[in-house]
Amino acid sequence: MSLDGIFSLALLSQTVRISVPYVLAALGATISETGGVVNIALEGLILTGAFCAVLGSHYSGNPWVGVMAAMAGGIFVSLIHAVVCIRFRANQIISGLAINILAAGATKFFLKLIFHSSSNSSRVAGLPHWSFFGLDRVPVIGAIVSDPLILAAALLVFASYCLIYKTPFGLRLRAVGEHPECAETLGVNVYFMRCAGVMLCGVLAALAGAWLAFDQHQFSADMSGGRGYIALTAMIFGKWNPLGAALAAVLFGLAEAFQIQLQTVGVSVPTQFIQMIPYVLTVVLLAGVIGKSRAPAADGKPYPVEE
Amino acid sequence: MSVRAKTAFLQLAASAAAVALAFLTGALIMLLVGVNPLAVYSALFEGVLLNPYGLAQIIFKSTPLMLTGLSVAFAFRAGLFNIGAEGQMIMGGFCCALAGFSLKGLPWLIHAPLCIIAAMAGGMLWAALPGYLKAKRGAHEVITTIMMNFIAAALTNYFVMARFHEPETVHTASIMPSAFLPRLAALSSFFKGSPANAAFFIGLAACALAGWLLWKTALGYEIRAVGLSPDAAATSGISVARGTMTAFLIAGALAGLASVNFVMGYKHYFEEDFTGGAGFMGIAVALVGQNNPAGVIAAALLFGALSHGTLVINALVPKDIVLILQALLIIFVITFDGIARRYAAANFGEKA
Repeated sequence: MSLDGIFSLALLSQTVRISVPYVLAALGATISETGGVVNIALEGLILTGAFCAVLGSHYSGNPWVGVMAAMAGGIFVSLIHAVVCIRFRANQIISGLAINILAAGATKFFLKLIFHSSSNSSRVAGLPHWSFFGLDRVPVIGAIVSDPLILAAALLVFASYCLIYKTPFGLRLRAVGEHPECAETLGVNVYFMRCAGVMLCGVLAALAGAWLAFDQHQFSADMSGGRGYIALTAMIFGKWNPLGAALAAVLFGLAEAFQIQLQTVGVSVPTQFIQMIPYVLTVVLLAGVIGKSRAPAADGKPYPVEE
Repeated sequence: MSVRAKTAFLQLAASAAAVALAFLTGALIMLLVGVNPLAVYSALFEGVLLNPYGLAQIIFKSTPLMLTGLSVAFAFRAGLFNIGAEGQMIMGGFCCALAGFSLKGLPWLIHAPLCIIAAMAGGMLWAALPGYLKAKRGAHEVITTIMMNFIAAALTNYFVMARFHEPETVHTASIMPSAFLPRLAALSSFFKGSPANAAFFIGLAACALAGWLLWKTALGYEIRAVGLSPDAAATSGISVARGTMTAFLIAGALAGLASVNFVMGYKHYFEEDFTGGAGFMGIAVALVGQNNPAGVIAAALLFGALSHGTLVINALVPKDIVLILQALLIIFVITFDGIARRYAAANFGEKA
């Protein structure tokens, strides 16, 4: 077997598909943490998004309703996180873990009640395939533009960057994440900004879930499969910058795609070691061996701080 | 009433209110989907508390939760958030099974303790790196321990599938009978049919020992001082790095120990996902138990009862309602706890 088969366009297309949920969720986490709220509820948000997308599509027959439902679900779950962590200043990590448990339980609970199965929903309509005047037949670019959610993810990378670094909203968001007391004295509403960050994260991570659901045309129990945590590592690896986070997410996607390609040409690398890459890299990064990744100064700290 | 007693009472009331509200919200969800919550809760009560098998199962299910809960609580006393109990438990279980099936011909009195030590060593090993990175490099332990969880799962999965699995199965070979922990059923027919085993007493002993260590020894004093105020501890000559490292290693050993319930007392082998998420639930147990060994025992029994309850109520309502209840419980506990603390600080002048 030649190695040409590995470095193929298929590899790149596959990378795009694997990366989509990582990119979306990592962008969400970056926005939330830029505002100073740690959000490890990504896993739960992805599950919620996927389930709501399937529900919306199932009942209306229209996948776009599913997308709207996913975003609404993401906002609802984020609202819990916001109330608990911002209003009541509870520990953000524990709240995130609780939401992950809640979403895993609730999606399976309603899966059984609505679809009478403990494993998966019935098949739902997926999003349309966009041809863009034949552009969809161009390799890689086609994979991006032909799927509405992949296209949205690509655009959202730049939109998130502009939002955080080029708008007054982003300036305020960074201010409440770095130094909330200071922001407050300048008239910025810390509660509002932090809530907005958490809500945006909910929408983005739920879209990641919607993409997963529409890609497989169904919801299956625990389908997030740890993607929320990989997105979290992408955020850290990308140094809390949307462009960096997206790049890291694509790199992790590339590693997975590479392993799949290796298997198709008959070279078998233990999947477990490929799976480990994002986690090992993150530990190495945090150890300070390959540069520093610094979180926003007030990240994870409730406001106002208790003395 | 003294200020301290008033504060303690307030916190207890907050925990009780959180439990009540969690069950109430759960009832509301059931009403919404047309299930009678009273029927579910009474089935839960009868199936879990009013029959011997249910009680034995609480003992069985609460054992690992007690130890992972204690692990999280112990680290928390040093101001550390150990999200890594899951990974430490996995590594502990793997090392325990390894010692269990590869050492042959030893008497029980040597083999069983060796396997217990292996379980603790495995957990300790997995906690050492996050502990070191926190103590020496300031790397946030929450992120590193989450990463270590995934690495532990992938690594043990690789070793089991590539080297140690029994043909046609996804688990390792069975450990030698000389490493089995005795079942409680062997002691009394009360426990008939339940895999509840001696690991429960190991859990209780560990809680007692941890309480003694934290509150009655110099080492425990150092650990708590580091947790309460690293700066103050450092000023009075306590090494923060050493306190951090020690607390993390002990927490890891406790989480590793949580695996013996399954590996030495129940199935007698290691398999992927044997933890059943006990490492993560341990965080909730520590939280509800107010990071106090006695509280951890009580909370572990509560979560163990809920966990066994899934089987009892499955005919009435999808069993996942229990996961929802557990999550709600955590959310209400952290919310109410903060309210109670702030109320105490404002009205009694007590800093809890």
